[in-house]
Amino acid sequence: MKGQENAKRALEIAVSGAHNILMIGPPGSGKTMLAKRIPTIMPPMSFEEALETTKIYSVAGSLLNKGGLIKKRPFRAPHHTISDVGMVGGGHPPRPGEISLANNGVLFLDELPEFKRNVLEVLRQPLEERRINITRAGISVTYPAKFMLVAAMNPCPCGYLGDRIHTCTCSVAQIQRYRSRISGPLLDRIDLHIEVPALSYKELSSKEEGIGSKEVLERVLRAREIQRERFKNFKINTNSEMQASHLKKFCKLDKESQSLIKDAVEHLGISARVYSRILKIARTIADLDESDDIKVDHVAEAIQYRILDRKLLF
Amino acid sequence: MKDILDSSLSDKVYFWLSLKLIRGVGNSIFLRLLQVFGSPDKALEADEDDLIDAGIRRDIARNIRKKDFLLDPEEEIKKLRRLNARIITYDDPEYPSILKEIDYPPVLLYALGRKIPYNQFFIAIVGSRNASHYGMRAAENISYRLAKLGIEIVSGMARGIDTYAHKGALKADGYTIAVLGTGIDVIYPRENKGLFQQIRENGTIITEFPTGTPPDGKNFPIRNRIISGISRGVLVVEAAKRSGSLITASFALNQGREVFAIPGMIDSIRSQGTHFLIKQGAKLVEDVEDILEEFGIKIEESQDKKDHKPLVKLSNQEKKIYECLDETPVHIDEIIRSTELDPSEVLSTLLRMELKGIVRQMPGRLFVKNMG
Ligand SMILES: Nc1ncnc2c1ncn2[C@@H]1O[C@H](COP(=O)(O)OP(=O)(O)O)[C@@H](O)[C@H]1O
Ligand SMILES: [Mg+2]
Ligand SMILES: [Zn+2]
Repeated sequence: MKGQENAKRALEIAVSGAHNILMIGPPGSGKTMLAKRIPTIMPPMSFEEALETTKIYSVAGSLLNKGGLIKKRPFRAPHHTISDVGMVGGGHPPRPGEISLANNGVLFLDELPEFKRNVLEVLRQPLEERRINITRAGISVTYPAKFMLVAAMNPCPCGYLGDRIHTCTCSVAQIQRYRSRISGPLLDRIDLHIEVPALSYKELSSKEEGIGSKEVLERVLRAREIQRERFKNFKINTNSEMQASHLKKFCKLDKESQSLIKDAVEHLGISARVYSRILKIARTIADLDESDDIKVDHVAEAIQYRILDRKLLF
Repeated sequence: MKDILDSSLSDKVYFWLSLKLIRGVGNSIFLRLLQVFGSPDKALEADEDDLIDAGIRRDIARNIRKKDFLLDPEEEIKKLRRLNARIITYDDPEYPSILKEIDYPPVLLYALGRKIPYNQFFIAIVGSRNASHYGMRAAENISYRLAKLGIEIVSGMARGIDTYAHKGALKADGYTIAVLGTGIDVIYPRENKGLFQQIRENGTIITEFPTGTPPDGKNFPIRNRIISGISRGVLVVEAAKRSGSLITASFALNQGREVFAIPGMIDSIRSQGTHFLIKQGAKLVEDVEDILEEFGIKIEESQDKKDHKPLVKLSNQEKKIYECLDETPVHIDEIIRSTELDPSEVLSTLLRMELKGIVRQMPGRLFVKNMG
């Protein structure tokens, strides 16, 4: 995959801290391609994970699993016409849905605003609890649902807002309406949002392939190790799972970083509500930097991954 | 009566307002009365036969005799005092002389904010309320650059293009004038409340409609003749085929004003109107030079194109990044490649530069040098 340094960096951070991510970009900019690349920079599955995943697939009756253990992290990309049952599971007897089939892997929701409202609605709880309980005709089953949510959308209805070649033909009202379809609780579970530009012909035809997945994977593994060490006496494994108490303990900011956030809130339209999310991302960036302290540069970069909070329309 | 009047809302204004507020007295009848009787107070005292001799219809002459007001002029003056608004009469030195050239000039203007500059060179920038991002950016940029050159920007404070025309001028610390289609005390659309205040402080808000006049479709075209009438030229940024902006453009043509238009995409409905204008002979505008040329104004290279050197001190990294930037947006990945800095460094540095106000981020992870 060529170019996209900015997007690749964001994915590296997302995978390192197990953060959910939303990619916004015009059609053909490579969002799907980037998403598919994610499992290749995730740590290999542990034996327990492989076993868990294999079990789910055998319950689902999927023959994807031809006998042996599933060792590759799943990548599930349900179409936006999927029903709520297809997404979270159900039926008689209850079968696992896409969120459980994506357990230990990636759930990729392409064209996020096109998904039915109720389908996005039912994602909320499993995103919080990392599992799903399905009750149907007296039978109650719990399936794991530990997945990384990767979502993609166009920046606007016509797709070309911010594109360097095409001109966006949408009105601001149309753009706002489009984006409001994904606002609220679901967006609250997504730590990073980034813009993915379409590459120019020149960039696409260049020979340069960019950073290989191997080096990225090594950095991810190191960052995960740091997190494991940090959280060994707590019930969590990754930065994305931090609660208020963890943030207080592990995400102390110096004066300079604090004033940077204050400036961003005042001048860039960042809402104070997203403070904790910026802290989590900054923590992961510091871990990738193998730095105990969160530094002001980590915070500054973290703010750049909150694109939907910015009033960038003008 | 004296007690409710101050210097800016004098007896004279009271009579002008009274005559204007009589049912059936429009701008042309008012001017006719002014011509015949010399002043509004004399017209108000004239008897019915004299009025009819002056060419006034009998029913309207009766209304004048009966003092049949649409609104009580005394109440109106009290209201204006509360709002800190003023009235600019046709014979007031503040009344823009260029506006007297048009058919049916407004005989009085309600005004808020700064005094209208005497030696005006107004350019109107108008366009679709349902504007595209492209259109708004064009409106804001051109307005900004014109205002930087000392040109006053006129618009209608509507959603979309109008809003960004005003914003561009304000950003340039320029002067802008908003011509409303509502009463001076009616902010429409509501979301422009902040903009209204800003224009009031750094420009002027005018209207010919009495206080409390709500937004009404039929009033906007009437207002549009003032937007074009007060301006030397009208720039239409985006307009659909049958739109208010085209009405403004046709007023402009009839009033002998220059008409300019920004081109767009051939398949955008918001460019159908502007392309129609260009086909009819409106000048295609890509930048401010295209407008100024029509008036024989040349921009000194040093005045406009000069490099916008940031005033704040830059770190080495910031300098490196600043050198890659331009007045047109540059993508983050290009910056990363040409500076050979890490993506993380570039992103964090750009954020600080944004906060310093020397860089602006736009949709699509594009960055530009902040103007000014
Ligand atoms: N950075 C890239 N390097 C190589 N090919 C790319 C890149 N970006 C896009 N492409 C090509 O463009 C096609 C469309 O990309 P895709 O991921 O489907 O875009 P999107 O999901 O954003 O619409 C891909 O199949 C791929 O061939
Ligand atoms: Mg795609
Ligand atoms: Zn668009």
